Amino acid sequence: MTDPKIPVTEDELHAYVDNELPAERRGDVEAWLATHPEDAERVQSWRSMADALHARYDQVANEPVPKRLELERLMRQPRRWLYGTVAATFVAFMAGSGAGWIAHGATAAPSLIQSFTVDALDAHRLYVVEVRHPVEVPGSERAHLQQWLTKRCGWDVRAPELSATGLKLVGGRLLPGPTGPASFLMYESASGERFTVYTAKASTEATQMRYVAKDNEGAMFWADRGVGYVVSGGTDRERLAQVARLVYDQSEKNGT
Amino acid sequence: MIPALRRYARALARDADIADDLVQDTLVRALRSERLFIGGDVRSWLYTILTNLNKNRRRSLARRPQFMPLLENNPDASGTEAEGRDIERALATLVEEQRAVLLLVMLEGLSYREVADIQGVPIGTVMSRLARARAHVKASLEGVRPALRRVK
Repeated sequence: MTDPKIPVTEDELHAYVDNELPAERRGDVEAWLATHPEDAERVQSWRSMADALHARYDQVANEPVPKRLELERLMRQPRRWLYGTVAATFVAFMAGSGAGWIAHGATAAPSLIQSFTVDALDAHRLYVVEVRHPVEVPGSERAHLQQWLTKRCGWDVRAPELSATGLKLVGGRLLPGPTGPASFLMYESASGERFTVYTAKASTEATQMRYVAKDNEGAMFWADRGVGYVVSGGTDRERLAQVARLVYDQSEKNGT
Repeated sequence: MIPALRRYARALARDADIADDLVQDTLVRALRSERLFIGGDVRSWLYTILTNLNKNRRRSLARRPQFMPLLENNPDASGTEAEGRDIERALATLVEEQRAVLLLVMLEGLSYREVADIQGVPIGTVMSRLARARAHVKASLEGVRPALRRVK
């Protein structure tokens, strides 16, 4: 074992531990460590650090993989959304409703559902810009949020899973609606675009899905089993329809 | 591959549900992409997606109030559990880029080159991040007993 001609650098110590050092230099580093106890101690501490990391986290890799992460399951979902989304949405909701599009300022007699769509859009505009307190209950407490809103509103409030459209639940809050309490859920994409889902008691049993745009926000609204839904967010109508479709599908599945 | 991704995500996000959300989003994104079928280094690529998704997540979190769990100090915990908590706490004090480098190299066994590609930075940057992360964690582990109340 010869003394290293060139002093060993800090980078080389790291590279040595991580097996990134050229083989011909390893001997030099080992010789250096034999005569530099402080460096040897540091190298040793990095090794125990790696051991501690593995001791703590390897158990995660040994857990059975949760069902929702199974590839077979995931593969079915994105396909459906890749090829079918836009077409299916418009076929299902737009074509059938004929005069269903209610533009801002349309002359149709204002119904309760329309008036609360305006409420919902106002709430949307008020809270989506909120940075620090957009919701009362954070999305991390989904179960609690659903339970609380269900109890206060009197119908089954479920926060739909919108990850297929890249949206995650930010959380929700309780709002005064036109005839009682309303639930208000907020979702956000990785890029920060926000959608809200507003539900309140509706006088009508069920309606077609409709679209309304006001200022720079659009909303899709419909009623189902006596509950009115308003999904608001942005002016991209196709994107909005895609999100609304997911909400609709899940409210139908859950029942009210 | 999925177990390793989950391990990395758990250490990176430090919350089991968020970690699995990250893995799920990563897989969905990967499945939607055509790159998987073209080939290339799938492993590195998945780590890249997950690292970026977490960065986005933290960016959007930064705009909201954070909910920090109060770390409990259970004196009855066994040695390994206490050790696990110590390393977790030490990781929590690292800045995002350093934590990712440390985990990718030390836990996932990726090369400096791979980590440089994942983070989109030169190898030199990876090495300096790694050195700083190791020094920080070492100091944190050594100081963890007298500084129990310093919860970041």
